Amino acid sequence: MTLSFTKYTLANGLDVLLHEDHTCPIVAINLWYHVGSKNERPGHTGFAHLFEHLMFEGSQHHDRGYFQPLQGAGATLNGSTNADRTNYWEVVPSNALELALWMESDRMGYLLPALTDAKFSNQRDVVLNERRQNYENRPYGLAPMALLAALFPSDHPYHWTTIGEVADLHAVRLDEVQAFFRRYYHPANASLALAGDIDPDEALPMVRAYFEDLEPGDRVDPVDASASLSGDTRIFFEDRVELPRLYMAWLTPAMFAAGDAELDLGTDLLANGKTSRLYRRLVFDERIATDVSAAQNSREIAGYAQITATAAPGHTLAEIERAILEEIARLAAAGPTEDEMERGRVQAESQFIFRLQTVGGFGGKSDQLNAYNMFLGDPAYFDRDLARYRDVTNISLQQAIARYLAPSRRVTLSIVPRGRVALGASDSQPAVVS
Amino acid sequence: MSASDATSVDMTPSGTARPVDRSRLPEPGPARPFAFPAIEKSTLPNGLRVWTVRHPQVPVIAFDLLVRRGASADPAGKDGLAALTADMLDEGSGGRTAIEIHEALARLGAQFDTDIGSDALSVSVTVLSRFAGRALTLLGDVVARPAMREEDFVRVRQLRLHRLTQLRDMPGVVADRAFLKLLYGSHPYGHSPIGSEAALASMTVDDVRAFHAMSIRPSAATLVAVGDCDHAAVVRMAGDAFGGWEEAASDVAASDGAMPAAASLNIIPRPNAPQSELRIGHVAVPRDTPDYHALLVANTILGGQFVSRINLNLREDKGFTYGARTAFEFRRLPGPFVLQVSVQTSATARAIEESIGEIAGIRGPRPVTAEELELGIAALTRGYARNFETADQIARAVMQLALFDLPDDYFAEFVPAVAQISADDVSRVMARHVDPARLTTLIVGDLDVVGADLDALGLGAPVVLPADAF
Repeated sequence: MTLSFTKYTLANGLDVLLHEDHTCPIVAINLWYHVGSKNERPGHTGFAHLFEHLMFEGSQHHDRGYFQPLQGAGATLNGSTNADRTNYWEVVPSNALELALWMESDRMGYLLPALTDAKFSNQRDVVLNERRQNYENRPYGLAPMALLAALFPSDHPYHWTTIGEVADLHAVRLDEVQAFFRRYYHPANASLALAGDIDPDEALPMVRAYFEDLEPGDRVDPVDASASLSGDTRIFFEDRVELPRLYMAWLTPAMFAAGDAELDLGTDLLANGKTSRLYRRLVFDERIATDVSAAQNSREIAGYAQITATAAPGHTLAEIERAILEEIARLAAAGPTEDEMERGRVQAESQFIFRLQTVGGFGGKSDQLNAYNMFLGDPAYFDRDLARYRDVTNISLQQAIARYLAPSRRVTLSIVPRGRVALGASDSQPAVVS
Repeated sequence: MSASDATSVDMTPSGTARPVDRSRLPEPGPARPFAFPAIEKSTLPNGLRVWTVRHPQVPVIAFDLLVRRGASADPAGKDGLAALTADMLDEGSGGRTAIEIHEALARLGAQFDTDIGSDALSVSVTVLSRFAGRALTLLGDVVARPAMREEDFVRVRQLRLHRLTQLRDMPGVVADRAFLKLLYGSHPYGHSPIGSEAALASMTVDDVRAFHAMSIRPSAATLVAVGDCDHAAVVRMAGDAFGGWEEAASDVAASDGAMPAAASLNIIPRPNAPQSELRIGHVAVPRDTPDYHALLVANTILGGQFVSRINLNLREDKGFTYGARTAFEFRRLPGPFVLQVSVQTSATARAIEESIGEIAGIRGPRPVTAEELELGIAALTRGYARNFETADQIARAVMQLALFDLPDDYFAEFVPAVAQISADDVSRVMARHVDPARLTTLIVGDLDVVGADLDALGLGAPVVLPADAF
């Protein structure tokens, strides 16, 4: 299996990726802008995500909501923002491709004339409620803020979360938002993928008709920043929770960089699923935790690995921390077993093939092509991406764990029930979260 | 893939682009035809139905085993037994321990999941096609021959008790669980599948073994296989994997129970909460109502899509919330109609007033407009084919036929059935099945802040409920 496509670059710099799949009479239109919260500045956080909201509120030639005409044509649609990129997608019946291109191009080329103070303040209120719902009123919901702030220095673009700081969201002015749009939301900073029931001989002229006359903006320079940890940053905060939870995090290689695949497989075998070493030890055998999970969070300019475990009633995060450190040390010293390697490889292969089942939405083929194109300039990377996982050896995995999951360079965050600070990991300082 | 599919990159197209008309949106062309999946059906001697759909585009196969026994089959006083039993299925079988079962699944790269609702439980395994036989054998081991060992039972029950403890931190889950209890009381739909601390604490491994023997039975089950597969081959493999699964003496199906009359306005205090979780609704209709399609259209317009009345009002006009929606939860017995939303604390009373106003309005005072009706029908019908793209999606759709005794041509008939709904149908079915006077409202939020505003709603004094009562 592979992921075939044709790539064109329009005169204004817009990359266009076309992939044919006639399984279902639908087309995924997937547009990535190379802008995320990493393009924001301290004191002005939350812009990229706020924009994601504003992009659904109307443009010059359709100054009304974007959902109505698209849902009326049978589309499903959404958008998302992370640190590195913002994406917008529609999955439409194939007869509505032109409608989706009309609308995506209109909000790329003609958003600002339709952006009013009223829309802006309404969507800011919605975002503040999104923040309340998904972070402030959710148990452990402020953990990402505390972790990122401790992992990355205050001037590093991964220091803050995409949802933004409440004070920044209140302070933001319409003219700042307009300047942000002009800088980042233009053809030369975007990648458009169409996947599904298309005839490329019809689709390409249609894309050109709607997008080719849009003005490109200035080239956006890559964001460059570095981070390092010199010790074990130990922090805690009290939350409205019943059980204490431990987060351990390390700085790791960026997406697609050497060591990224090793850490992806390594964190899986440490703590994902019932076969993982930490699940067996903490949850199955010793029963000192109720759950444990891990991830290599691969991002464009840096990565971070994270292990999370919740203590069972009657147990402390100190016990959990000790056990996790022992298991990391064991993996770093002796490496994975052959069986673990075989399972990791077949699971990676399966996940890659599973992803080829859908043309659109989050994580489908159109999203995948854009990810390879935007971060690597190489939409043909699918096979080599899978090869990265096939090429992991027990030695390279062991070395990556030993090098990156060092106990002496990490962040250790405890979230404890209010008034139960003693349940947290030892020697921790109060973290400031909001 | 053939060589002609090879990738080509970095071409700049030549010539000039054709002009476009931005004065109006382009009209979609004629819809392209779509053939809904054809289902091949067999029944094994033990009563297990085996249904397959060929979907060979990607070398993947999805197996879903549906058993028409869910949380509503929990015996009295044993809330949570069906879910606990489902959870015990993958905890070992034959000579294999729980860990060994999962190692075997991992060696197949399998995506494994167990799911339980009110009316059914399902166990699903999705694998690359080359692992189909081994995956089906494992599915048979898990469903028909689970070890159900005492030591595993103790551990799994403890984890579920811990989970219940953690769910108490989550305002949305607190609201969902309490709302079911307010609406249904001791009726089989009155508890969520996970059950309660007291019931779980009283259970023994013998309860789980008995539930498995009585209720996880081949005559109540359907195996759905979708993907790169052949019907005869799947039937043969299923015969090997499930052949020894024996039918039990008849069990007790869910029965209709008496439902309480809940107060109009209820609140579970959550001091200092930045938002209030709201649930507003009442017991409504079963899945087999003849008004099903009209209710789908009505709900789409009221609260089933982004541009629904309730979301446009509470989110896009007022900015009170990140999102609001309504749903008829269609089940074998009458399921709830419920509006759910999380709103900023200061807007709690306003949001309740607006919500009840929207629910009352669509029954007649503010009937759906022609434009709303057209949009609602289009949203349900024009994109219908996208629900049949992946093997997992098709398997889930086919399971709905098995769960609700729907005919094989159900999918093909869906679009014409929805397309003929009129504005009068919408008013009629909403007036018949939704009654503003019977609505129960539940708030999980900061009583000290919102309490005074609630008096003006005219719903009476709020009944204050302790969080640990559910």
